[in-house]
Amino acid sequence: MLTVCDLHVKYGNIEALHGISLNVEEGEIVALLGANGAGKSTTLMSIMRLAPPEGPVVTKGTISYNGTDLLPIQAHNIIARQGIGLVPEGRHIFGNLTVFENLKLATFARRDRERIQQDYERVFSLFPRLADRRTQRGDLLSGGEQQMLAIGRAFMSGVKFILLDEPSMGLSPLLMLELFRVLKSINESGTTILVVEQNARLALQYANRAYVLEAGKIVLEGKAEDLATNPEIHRAYLG
Amino acid sequence: MFLESFLQNLLNALQWGSFYALIALGYTMVYGVLLLINFAHGDIFMVGAYIGFFIATLLLGQYAGSSPSLSPVLVFAITVVVTMVLTSGVGVAIERIAYRPLRRKGASRLYVVITALMCGLILENGNLALLGASRRNFPEMLSKTAYNIGGINFTNVKIMVIMTTIAVFILLETIVRKTRLGMAMRAISYDRMAVPLMGIPVDTVIVFTFILGSSMAALAGVLFATAYPVLEPYMGALVGWKAFIAAVLGGIGEIRGAFVGGFLLGFIEIFVAALFPSTLRDLIAFSILLVFLSIKPTGIFGVSRATKI
Repeated sequence: MLTVCDLHVKYGNIEALHGISLNVEEGEIVALLGANGAGKSTTLMSIMRLAPPEGPVVTKGTISYNGTDLLPIQAHNIIARQGIGLVPEGRHIFGNLTVFENLKLATFARRDRERIQQDYERVFSLFPRLADRRTQRGDLLSGGEQQMLAIGRAFMSGVKFILLDEPSMGLSPLLMLELFRVLKSINESGTTILVVEQNARLALQYANRAYVLEAGKIVLEGKAEDLATNPEIHRAYLG
Repeated sequence: MFLESFLQNLLNALQWGSFYALIALGYTMVYGVLLLINFAHGDIFMVGAYIGFFIATLLLGQYAGSSPSLSPVLVFAITVVVTMVLTSGVGVAIERIAYRPLRRKGASRLYVVITALMCGLILENGNLALLGASRRNFPEMLSKTAYNIGGINFTNVKIMVIMTTIAVFILLETIVRKTRLGMAMRAISYDRMAVPLMGIPVDTVIVFTFILGSSMAALAGVLFATAYPVLEPYMGALVGWKAFIAAVLGGIGEIRGAFVGGFLLGFIEIFVAALFPSTLRDLIAFSILLVFLSIKPTGIFGVSRATKI
């Protein structure tokens, strides 16, 4: 489904990724693990084609999705036309908009009204908290609720493939677990997921496969259950 | 007697403030979306008045070859609509030619503001070069009717200006509150980076904002010229500055701020002129505003926001 091949990217003059390759198949949950600064977020930003200054510049390599070259496509069309969405690090909720407006905004490019109605219902059943707070401003939500809203937004944009950047950051252990359960359920109803995670133990528990990034290179890859028992992973991330 | 003169001045202030409010809108919406003070906006108002002048003259058949058979009200309505469309084109062209390339290069906002100042000067001097320095008389499309109720004088034009401004306020508030494009405008002002992630083309939202702002300036231009029918190339400069001050006074980035700020500035100017010699009008009016802003720098509705990187 998604194939990244020999990707080199730069922020300004600094190369952040030194030729990474990865692929995600339809229906999978794939985890991208690694320490701070390893290039995990950069990888997601590159796939989403976010423009500088936020996004990096691809200097070499290819990103293709269902056979389409993503490199010449603008970020908003990655979501609207290609059907790939990103739940960004730090959530980026529109704090001056209500919960419902945040969700409605994500349907900007969609024209399938009936499906949109179904998707609202799905989001509110996955996250009943959001239904309770639908008229509340985004900046008044707790961290956990904001994360739910961020995932709900990605869902409302009608994408088939969701990238998540550190979804568990700042959440209590209980909420983290809850979050991954919801992700699993979204995945089981047909959405492919690529998740960047600091909490490797949790991610490996839910993912099918994982890649480990270190200083802009992929150093390990494999099935989640194999990586979970890999001594190197244990030492570095599960210690 | 006192009440009469108060109500008379109130009505005058509402009309005077209407022009500021309509122009202040463009400043405030562009600022909300781009954090850019579009200093060319006052001159867009001037361009609107001139485009209105040419459309109206053409329609009234003052140029050879056209047929003067339309009713005056229809001529006025067509003039307003066509002027708004054409002036939007000018506003959008400035955004495409001057501001967007700078944005693409990631230029600091300071350079964009300087560019905006230059665009304003180009519009003024372009007009001067093309049409000359002589003043032009805006054709009278609506015959002015004066009324007097309880000692208060007003004209149909004055009432129309005030009603139009109120209608524009309701329309824009609805657009910004209820439509997805309006929500996108608000979203950009809060978090620009996340907007494309909603599948929203940021440039489209920016162009939409310029269309709204420029067409309201054009509306103000035609209404202003209908009330005060003398046009000259620098007519947008001072009015533009004052409308910008009105936008800041109301809290820049807020639509209701533009209206309240515009009307407030209108009130202060009219009442200062009523109580003091008119040469002192701007001095006293802006001293009052200076004190106000030093007490509440974010304006009436504004909230201070942390600068986002």
